[in-house]
Amino acid sequence: MALKIVVCIKQVPDTNQVRIDPRTGTLKREGVPSIINPEDKHALEEALCLKDIHGGEVVVLTMGPLQALSALRLAIAMGADRAILLSDRAFAGSDTMATSLTLAAAIKRLGKYSLVFAGRQAIDGDTAQVGPQLAEHLNIPQLTYAGEVEIEKNEITVKRLLEEGYEIASSPLPVLVTAVKELNHPRYPTGAGVFKSFRENRIETWGLAELGLDKDSLGLSGSPTQVHATFVPHNERTSEVHPHGEEAVRTLANKIIALI
Amino acid sequence: MFIEILEKCIGCGLCAKACPLGCITIENKKARIDQASCNLCRSCLESCKFEAIEFPEEKKQPASDLSEYRGVWIFAEQRENKLLPVALEMLGEGRKIAEVLNVPLTALLLGHEIEDLARELLEHGADTVLLADDPQLASYRTNPYARVIASLVSERKPEILLIGATTLGRDLAPRLSARLGTGLTADCTKLEVEREGRKLLQTRPAFGGNLMATIVCPNHRPQMATVRPGVMEKAEKISSTAPKGTLEKVGVKLLADDLKVLVEKIVRTDKVSLNLEEALVIVAGGRGVGNQETFKLLEEVAEALGGVVGASRAAVDAGWIAHAHQVGQTGKVVKPRLYLACGISGAIQHSAGIQGAECVVAINKDKNAPIFACADFGIVGDLNEVLPQLLKELKGR
Ligand SMILES: Cc1cc2nc3c(=O)[nH]c(=O)nc-3n(C[C@H](O)[C@H](O)[C@H](O)COP(=O)(O)OP(=O)(O)OC[C@H]3O[C@@H](n4cnc5c(N)ncnc54)[C@H](O)[C@@H]3O)c2cc1C
Ligand SMILES: Nc1ncnc2c1ncn2[C@@H]1O[C@H](COP(=O)(O)O)[C@@H](O)[C@H]1O
Repeated sequence: MALKIVVCIKQVPDTNQVRIDPRTGTLKREGVPSIINPEDKHALEEALCLKDIHGGEVVVLTMGPLQALSALRLAIAMGADRAILLSDRAFAGSDTMATSLTLAAAIKRLGKYSLVFAGRQAIDGDTAQVGPQLAEHLNIPQLTYAGEVEIEKNEITVKRLLEEGYEIASSPLPVLVTAVKELNHPRYPTGAGVFKSFRENRIETWGLAELGLDKDSLGLSGSPTQVHATFVPHNERTSEVHPHGEEAVRTLANKIIALI
Repeated sequence: MFIEILEKCIGCGLCAKACPLGCITIENKKARIDQASCNLCRSCLESCKFEAIEFPEEKKQPASDLSEYRGVWIFAEQRENKLLPVALEMLGEGRKIAEVLNVPLTALLLGHEIEDLARELLEHGADTVLLADDPQLASYRTNPYARVIASLVSERKPEILLIGATTLGRDLAPRLSARLGTGLTADCTKLEVEREGRKLLQTRPAFGGNLMATIVCPNHRPQMATVRPGVMEKAEKISSTAPKGTLEKVGVKLLADDLKVLVEKIVRTDKVSLNLEEALVIVAGGRGVGNQETFKLLEEVAEALGGVVGASRAAVDAGWIAHAHQVGQTGKVVKPRLYLACGISGAIQHSAGIQGAECVVAINKDKNAPIFACADFGIVGDLNEVLPQLLKELKGR
């Protein structure tokens, strides 16, 4: 059975490289590269593996500004067949709810599908909400935290990694699966893939008109949550630092004994 | 996304200074916004003296009748017929919020044959426990749980619903919020409520903890949040006689569609004999420990202090110690009296887990390691020298 698999990817700043400017208390972003959200790459890899086994088509989907095209190009270079950029001024300011609604509308427009993949969470916001919300909008079951995936006939079995162990769960297709890093090792793009991603026109851009949604249910107006304030966490510790030496160790021992 | 910089911009840079996310740069005498990263906080808009920044128009949603919604609910997660600590933590926090709003506090309990847990919740101050008992709810599955809770919420209309930010909670809460058509804030570390507007101010870390954001959900109810385990204070057991709250059993109606997912088995690997969250002393090791062997040294120190061993993700990934020991954003959030960090650099994802510690001590051979900035006391040195000496010093007393 050939599979049609949709993978939702997000372009994010590499938060590992984000630093705080101690003077202004803001994030320093210069030179911080944009990457495909790491867990989304695992989701894409799994979709490509499943296509290798079962045949079918992998479509990647992202909602974002035009610069997200580079993420889609990379996905094509890795082996995705088709990519769609959802970009429109009306999508601006989406929280996870509006994002998931927009993604759901696009997936419905793609027609019948067997499987939707997302990453567990995006490293810029760390919410892990878009996947399950999307599954609800599509009215399909969700299997989150997938560390292993297997498909047989019309049924998927997933090893879900949880805090204290794991769970084996199965469901008929279609379902939405969210990927964690244990799932696989994402492949590198091939030279031919990179060539393809630039030469062939496999990327489409859809806006409000294509999705046929009510503008007020999207973007800022369609977002129930709002950012009220942002601030850099401050730290109240004394930071009394000593070079190593007998004296320092003794002081430390005294401190510890006084404390406990 | 999609903020416009108008021709009027002279590139003065005020907005770049104001942006807490640092996503504005000045290029060719014009501000440029990294649209993908902007969260529309409006700091730039307020800073601009030239009205050169334009935001997407905001259409006020017609406020549905929010006054119908009253009461604070918490979802009391249980596994294998035991309440999770986060359930009691949310009861503690929920009580404070309910008092400000002057409404009752309700605990939702789903499972099978768990009436004693309902009693435990009442003993910890719940005004009402709504108990849904059904064999289909014995172990968690998204859709049956979402069905039961969504129908209770639609029927009884609480204004706030809190769920623990566990793997279960973060699977359930977004599904529920989408079904209820309301907002959800993930993994909150602080909650406050305004008496006037009855608004829940939900504070959470973003960008790997580099930034905190306070989120509100002004026009939808219930206001939903998942709450990070280990951060809030547990409700005390009520010492007086019989608890005053009431237990109410609710009916369970599931659809065939809800039962599509089958759980074939549940395996517990990290048996939680180790209770990091409750430990008074934690001796934690990172990549700087260097190997599995040296972790024994940390164990010795921990033992001498009556504590347990923690670890950074780097040490766990290296296979020197089990994941159950990991502290931080993707590990445990801890609040010991003493946290002794050995060979840990202090990445934000790690230090996010130790903010609640009374005293943080760092041993690191790099004097510039960020861990010193979030420590009360530090020694710049090799842990292979410092720890044996410390052990000797401690044992000599
Ligand atoms: C999404 C995400 C989630 C994460 N979650 C977590 C989490 O929950 N917990 C967590 O810990 N990390 C987490 N991380 C990883 C985190 O970013 C860091 O990579 C990790 O904490 C680094 O571990 P470390 O400090 O042990 O190693 P390093 O950063 O490599 O630091 C080792 C330190 O040891 C010092 N050292 C070396 N040798 C010695 C010696 N002989 N004596 C004394 N000092 C010595 C070095 O100077 C250095 O400072 C997460 C990352 C991401 C992206
Ligand atoms: N704008 C977006 N476009 C496409 N996919 C997204 C977008 N935002 C989130 N996702 C998907 O949802 C997952 C969870 O994101 P989040 O809820 O933001 O942590 C991500 O790993 C992506 O797979």
